[in-house]
Amino acid sequence: MPFKRYVEIGRVALVNYGEDYGKLVVIVDVIDQNRALVDAPDMVRSQMNFKRLSLTDIKIDIKRVPKKKELLAAMEAADVKKKWESSSWGRKLIVQKRRASLNDFDRFKLMLAKIKRAGLVKSELAKMKKQSA
Amino acid sequence: MAPKQRTPKVSRNPDLIRGIGKYSRSKMYHKRGLWAIKAKNGGAFPCHEKKPAADVPAVKPPKFYPADDVKKPLINKHKPKPTKLRASITPGTVLIILAGRFKGKRVVFLKQLSSGLLLVTGPFKINGVPLRRVNQSYVIGTSTKVDISGVNVEKFDDKYFAKEGEKKKKKGEGEFFEADKEEKNVLPQEKKDDQKTVDTPLFKAIEGVTDLKTYLAARFSLKHGMKPHELVF
Repeated sequence: MPFKRYVEIGRVALVNYGEDYGKLVVIVDVIDQNRALVDAPDMVRSQMNFKRLSLTDIKIDIKRVPKKKELLAAMEAADVKKKWESSSWGRKLIVQKRRASLNDFDRFKLMLAKIKRAGLVKSELAKMKKQSA
Repeated sequence: MAPKQRTPKVSRNPDLIRGIGKYSRSKMYHKRGLWAIKAKNGGAFPCHEKKPAADVPAVKPPKFYPADDVKKPLINKHKPKPTKLRASITPGTVLIILAGRFKGKRVVFLKQLSSGLLLVTGPFKINGVPLRRVNQSYVIGTSTKVDISGVNVEKFDDKYFAKEGEKKKKKGEGEFFEADKEEKNVLPQEKKDDQKTVDTPLFKAIEGVTDLKTYLAARFSLKHGMKPHELVF
């Protein structure tokens, strides 16, 4: 099984450890075998070990170590945000965040909704069983 | 009268190092101008007249000396501060009670009493919790708020919740059992009316929000996978 996501300049990655946990960053340069220079619209360009990064499918078109303005422009052009939020990985993370931020009242309303949905499904199933029987 | 504008006292003796001033005692005497004050006052430093000594009544030697020396306890003038109300708890907040016979019940917070305890109500018709006092430590404050503007809680304070004075029991043998039967605590009608006056405006506010009534009627419990330190209330 060959690799599909390569570390290259312009590769968008998700930080999975440390202060910037959860941020989407762009690999802007490779420092050595273990580290990359990494940049994002809301952070200072810094180095990160590859072990802290999870590569995504998204790649943008930039030159090695672009200026911040160029990086922002490239990210807009490639529409990284939209691609990320429509990908299944991105959607999962958004749902996880939403679930974690639920209020006690929200969790109660969610429980009621789940019960209601289950009731509807069961009644439909019962109808179908009756028909086929 | 407006208070006098006083300049803060500045020392005329700058520190060389903490604890050691630049000028000696004699130099400071000169700097402060004490010689000039004395000269103005005719050679002596001006002072208030000594008040005539008040007549101290003669103390009689005590009649009795205790055999052992008893230590006097030290003076403690410490006054406890009023309990600080957590920032998450404001009037109208839904609280989750964590201990006691109403544990798990979700309840509406009304106000903090002078003793520091929180005045709370079910409302009674919804979950059976009456007007009650609850300690802040046994409560989780949720971020759900109920509109409490229509409720008047002025008349409730700690005295309202004080126990009635104990009736003096008669000391008759046969009457003991009878006395126990008579002492059933009936809630006075006044308190029931108070509960109603507090709860009726609350109902309007609660029914305005969907599912809030069933929410308050249900008890809170931890289910599988719920980690309290990660839950947002």
